[in-house]
Amino acid sequence: MLVRILVLLYLAGAPALAQTLCQPNASNGYRVRISIKTALGNQAYEWNENEMFLFRATMAFAMRRCYKTETYNVDNIIVCNQTLRVSFWFVVTSPENSTMLIPKADVEKAVSMSRHRINNAFLLTDRTLEFLGIHPTLAEPVNPDTPPWLIVFGVVIGAVFAGIIALLVSSLLQKRRKEKGMMEDGQDEEDMQVKGVENGNVLDGIYNRGFTDDDRFTKL
Amino acid sequence: MTLLQLPNPGLEDRILSHEELDKLETEEAGRGDRPKWDNKTQYMLTCVGFCVGLGNVWRFPYLCQSHGGGAFMIPFLILLVLEGVPLLHLEFAIGQRLRKGSLGVWSTIHPYLAGVGIASMFVSLMISLYYNTIMAWVMWYLFNSFQETLPWSQCPLNYNLTGLVSECEQSSPVDYFWYRETLNTTPDIGANGGLQWWMVLCLVSAWAVLYICIIRGIETTGKAVYVTSTLPYVVLSIFLIRGLTLKGSLSGVVFLFTPNLTELTNPTTWLDAGAQVFYSFSIAFGGLISFSSYNSVHNNCEQDAVIISAVNGFTSVYAATVIYTIIGFRATERFDNCLGGNILALLNTFDLPEGNVTESNYDQVLQSLNGTYPEVIQGLNLKTCDLNTFLSEGVEGTGLAFIVFTEAITKMPASPVWSVLFFIMLFCLGLSSMFGNIEGVLVPLQDLGVFPKSWPKESTTGITCVLCCIVGLIFVQGSGNYWLSLFDSFAGSIPLLIIAFCEMVGVVYLYGIDRFNDDIEFMIGHKPNFFWQITWRFLSPAIMLVIFVFYFITKVTETLLYKTWNPESENFPTLEEKPYPAWIYVIIFILAGIPSLAVPGTALFRCLRRKRSRKSEQQELKTVCNQMDVNDKAQDGESRT
Repeated sequence: MLVRILVLLYLAGAPALAQTLCQPNASNGYRVRISIKTALGNQAYEWNENEMFLFRATMAFAMRRCYKTETYNVDNIIVCNQTLRVSFWFVVTSPENSTMLIPKADVEKAVSMSRHRINNAFLLTDRTLEFLGIHPTLAEPVNPDTPPWLIVFGVVIGAVFAGIIALLVSSLLQKRRKEKGMMEDGQDEEDMQVKGVENGNVLDGIYNRGFTDDDRFTKL
Repeated sequence: MTLLQLPNPGLEDRILSHEELDKLETEEAGRGDRPKWDNKTQYMLTCVGFCVGLGNVWRFPYLCQSHGGGAFMIPFLILLVLEGVPLLHLEFAIGQRLRKGSLGVWSTIHPYLAGVGIASMFVSLMISLYYNTIMAWVMWYLFNSFQETLPWSQCPLNYNLTGLVSECEQSSPVDYFWYRETLNTTPDIGANGGLQWWMVLCLVSAWAVLYICIIRGIETTGKAVYVTSTLPYVVLSIFLIRGLTLKGSLSGVVFLFTPNLTELTNPTTWLDAGAQVFYSFSIAFGGLISFSSYNSVHNNCEQDAVIISAVNGFTSVYAATVIYTIIGFRATERFDNCLGGNILALLNTFDLPEGNVTESNYDQVLQSLNGTYPEVIQGLNLKTCDLNTFLSEGVEGTGLAFIVFTEAITKMPASPVWSVLFFIMLFCLGLSSMFGNIEGVLVPLQDLGVFPKSWPKESTTGITCVLCCIVGLIFVQGSGNYWLSLFDSFAGSIPLLIIAFCEMVGVVYLYGIDRFNDDIEFMIGHKPNFFWQITWRFLSPAIMLVIFVFYFITKVTETLLYKTWNPESENFPTLEEKPYPAWIYVIIFILAGIPSLAVPGTALFRCLRRKRSRKSEQQELKTVCNQMDVNDKAQDGESRT
């Protein structure tokens, strides 16, 4: 009989006890704010008791993952003050002693560690599933060995310098060809000059190297 | 109808007559003395490329929007017709007739006018120096666009990896990337901050690309303009199509073109329109005169001037439309974010379910909540979100391209593609303008005989590019941005107005408007009609004079301030305005004063030199006469005895 009364009292009192443990602005509690419509738009799901159960189960999972020695259960996560915004407070009780709350810092550590998993369970992000007071973890910056702009710069400048050298070389070759062409024209004119001199025509201007040796002899 | 003709002896001796020009035309053109365009398309594309530049993209939309939107078209078009087209026709015709670069043309018209050519060269040189630095900035952004996440889309983490860099957090990722990672700007112009090595590399690459395009003069430039002059139009069209499909773009276009006719009564509107037409046409640089001197004598320069003016005007309006679709998109994004932030604050504070407060009922809900909980609402510090404020955050110049537009691009899907396209377009616009600027520097240098004639063209262009690159290192220091805006405000404004005024006066009154009319009749087959006569003789010089006087007065009377990026200042991230230090005034005098004074200075110099040489000639003549006298007397004496 007494046992039954005690059991009844316990069953009646436990939720009440749980309620006193979980209060808004509790020193060891966190406030959670969820924005499903912002995150998912048309594909938003309804927030109901089942979703709340998933939340409590996910939090228990996070606590287990962080503190591997202790086995947390859904009962250890107490939720209260749910609003239409979808925001609520939660506290975590210790699995050994249900009246003892896990300190804020430990809860924060567990949440930070499994933040990604918690977000994914609800198809939300750090911004739409907010733990007020726990800052989102910053992504590690990706630092490539060579900055990408340097690679593009190298390609461009290489192409440009190759082009400049090609143009300079081609203009040099053109010049040499012109000079060669003029020399060959000069030899043709020499032949013509031989004929031309016989006819009495004088072509001007090209030094006729064919007669250089004779000049030396004519000094006598 | 010769109203006024200043005496100009010896003009006939200095210019080729019409018969000589025809002879030059029919003789073998393969002389290699003067370069020639391969075809008319190259010439038109080069001129269009020179005129259409960065100003069409980032100055005109701002002016349009800040001076009454659609109503700005009225002064712009009127001044385009009365000021732009006549000046352009004048430069084309005189270049085609006298077949020389700017220095040669003005020396030919009158030796005392050589100062105009020298001033043109000086201005072109100053502008080339800083314009290519803008090209270097564009290249830097282009190189950085080949990444999946654009570097200006998010703030970098600070040293401890605990949070974002504070300078970036206080301003914005695009501001931080521009002022810190690109420019690494110092807080004022006196602190030079040293050379920024990444910018030096980009400057070298900008000058290298320019060199390869101008290496053989118009032979290579003519090929390059097929790409650089046409690609911007392609990219603008792509952006227009993309822009129109974005949310909020039409509000931007509507905002741009909504006319506000009361602005027409404001004289600054007309002044700004006149200045924009003038600078947009790249007149008085000397490049257009050079380009048209490579044409055949009977090319229809009147038609060219009208076509190019029309293309320039159309491009300004088209570019403004495209820019404002993107700005409308960005403003709408900002507005949505602002409103979204306010709505979220309300939802969070009052624990209302999501979707209760939307954009449509925001005002009602706010009012009712304000009635019941006024203190709470006050404590929230809600921002006022007004779309028009965001739209009229009119930015111009480098701010538009490197801050506003890059931010808008980060919000578009597939941002790297759009970023690459945008910066390639800016690069082509700037490069084709640089061709004209450099032409205005190289041809006078050749005419002055600075380089020996035997040197090949490749080496003269190479040396000029290398020297300009070295001097341009001023602009890639920490304080380079401030130097650039200094050069932009003073080197490229007042001297050009003076040069253009002297050009008109020189052609109309020194060369002779009658002779000019005959020349044009010879070249294109008919005399210029009444419109050209009126604008050349009175209207355009008068407009130039008015703009010059007002510009001069505003520049001289205003206290010179410049905007600096100072993370230590109180109003950071707003730019802090500081006065220029005293020694800057010397620099300003050099930039604006020397080209302007070159015009009367050279005239005076030549006048004095001529007087001195006349005196010595007269003395020589006297001695020769004396000698002849003595000889005659001696002969007479001999004959008598």
